[in-house]
Amino acid sequence: MTYKNPPTTPRKSATFDDYTLSEIRRAAATGIYDIRGGGAKRKLPHFDDLLFLGASISRYPLEGYRERCDTSVVLGTRFAKKPIELKIPITIAGMSFGSLSGPAKEALGRGATLAGTSTTTGDGGMTEEERGHSKTLVYQYLPSRYGMNPRDLRRADAIEIVVGQGAKPGGGGMLLGQKISDRVANMRNLPKGIDQRSACRHPDWTGPDDLEIKILEVREITNWEKPIYIKVGGARPYYDTALAVKAGADVVVLDGMQGGTAATQEVFIENVGQPTLACIRPAVQALQDLGMHRKVQLIVSGGIRNGADVAKALALGADAVSIGTAALVALGDQDPHWEEEYNKLGTTAGAYDDWHEGKDPAGITTQDPELMKRVDPAAAGRRLANYLKVMTLETQTIARSCGKNDVHNLEPEDLCALTVEAAAMAQVPLAGTSWIPGKGGF
Amino acid sequence: MPTVDLSKSSLRELNQALHDIPPGSNETSWEVVNPKGSHAVAVGVDKPVAVDVRGSVGYYCGGMNDGGAITVHGSAGPGVGENMMSGSIVVKGDASQYAGATARGGLLVIEGNASSRCGISMKGVDIVVHGSIGHMSAFMAQSGNLVVLGDAGDALGDSIYEAKLYVRGKVKSLGADCVKKKMHPKHIERLQKLLDAAGVKGVKPEEFTRYGSARTLYNFNIDNADAY
Repeated sequence: MTYKNPPTTPRKSATFDDYTLSEIRRAAATGIYDIRGGGAKRKLPHFDDLLFLGASISRYPLEGYRERCDTSVVLGTRFAKKPIELKIPITIAGMSFGSLSGPAKEALGRGATLAGTSTTTGDGGMTEEERGHSKTLVYQYLPSRYGMNPRDLRRADAIEIVVGQGAKPGGGGMLLGQKISDRVANMRNLPKGIDQRSACRHPDWTGPDDLEIKILEVREITNWEKPIYIKVGGARPYYDTALAVKAGADVVVLDGMQGGTAATQEVFIENVGQPTLACIRPAVQALQDLGMHRKVQLIVSGGIRNGADVAKALALGADAVSIGTAALVALGDQDPHWEEEYNKLGTTAGAYDDWHEGKDPAGITTQDPELMKRVDPAAAGRRLANYLKVMTLETQTIARSCGKNDVHNLEPEDLCALTVEAAAMAQVPLAGTSWIPGKGGF
Repeated sequence: MPTVDLSKSSLRELNQALHDIPPGSNETSWEVVNPKGSHAVAVGVDKPVAVDVRGSVGYYCGGMNDGGAITVHGSAGPGVGENMMSGSIVVKGDASQYAGATARGGLLVIEGNASSRCGISMKGVDIVVHGSIGHMSAFMAQSGNLVVLGDAGDALGDSIYEAKLYVRGKVKSLGADCVKKKMHPKHIERLQKLLDAAGVKGVKPEEFTRYGSARTLYNFNIDNADAY
């Protein structure tokens, strides 16, 4: 019997995987970095790495569908004369008119209002369709100040000073010329068709001491009525939260690296900032150290997908969460219904991320008048409301199983972690042990 | 004339009183004494009233002014007239950083000098500085006019869009995409109006040089990467 030389199975490199190789080829061919929308796509420690323990002999559960489990939250109780009260602890994150179509913005307002929560403007100012269709509208105060004016400031229900966002802490934005319609150009005081930079720094303040004075000014303009949020990306959550409190925020919005953006460099999205899971405990710790937990409310965003994620964020100490990407999916983004058109763009439903090009088959991240007709604001708003309702029911289901009559009574003690990383980040014990990495000298 | 003494009344009382002026009120002339460098003096004014501030102010005086005629009889801290919509703000002394930042309309006059980042991200305002301005002024300036009778610091008009800059003295350096431009009759005419509005005497528009955008950075081009 003779043996041939047995062949080895072709093996691709884990380091130089197919995506990496394709990106090297793309960079070599074009000489420009990849720009895309969305948040970090890489696998990160996340809420999936946490589990609830549920009730047992020592913890008494509540009856599903029968015993009350409150979900409401009041934001802005520290200084604002008119805090906002939401029926559910899930808000809609800031997304700009410009990056999103008018019908999409209207749908977000409709859905949020039906569900009893707030939606948020974005970098591009306040539109009539979203103000008109949003019972509670948070007005973003951004470095670009596109569309900023005192009238809209006063007809907002809360004001969110945006310092950063999770997808790109320290980064500005770029709305490419193809999305600059007449209406978008007019709202931003810029010529049609040119690329619009959204600045990465505010033009008239630097640092926490200035920010405190900026907040004073905004409060004075609005007669101290509106809650003032400060939104930061997941960079230095302990210090950013402490400084936001020091500067006078009513609410801190903390956005982890899974949080989406309209358009930024891929290298930025995937390599700058911390995962949402890693940000919550340091932020809560800062609030607790200052005696401000539950007095200054904490909203967490970045990769929230379902009621379990909501419940876990609340258990770790957040007062509410915010969703962006998931809300767009509820409106119809990434729907396989448009698969053929996604294919024509060289992608597939679920992977489409060239939002800056304005060709979204689902009509959401576009200013194309024909494409945006595909979004029926009433129907899409209804879907968003349904989805928010499901998330809320799921959150309540978990809270009741842990014996809580308010979703905000969930606590770290209700959780365990599946991985050492998640145990360390969430500061809860590794499942089956009493070990919290970094605690007790280990 | 209502007078608010900030050594006796709070900032809150002052701004609330200004916001509460009913439309068509006869109380159209207000005086603020003892400002002592207070921040956010006369912010969010939205009626055509005159506010004379007797002394120097801190940050953001006249912020988001929409129709008021605010005069600071002293110097102003950072961000005077930020995001002004309409009306006017006159600073008799000097102004600190970011004067007129993102302002959309109205007229901001600095009779002394302005510091760095004057007119940063301006969106339609007219700014006239009798003295000189600091570095990075008119950074990302979108529209409106910035008139400087003195000199300008480094990187004037960096990444400028459609704003027009007129400088009578020296410019230390121009920022990315900002270039010297020809003065056409329409610019002379416009500049004369701005000088008149700002109470400038004995200065001719022809003494100024106009600067604006070369528009080479309007659409991203990798070959321009060295400019960023």
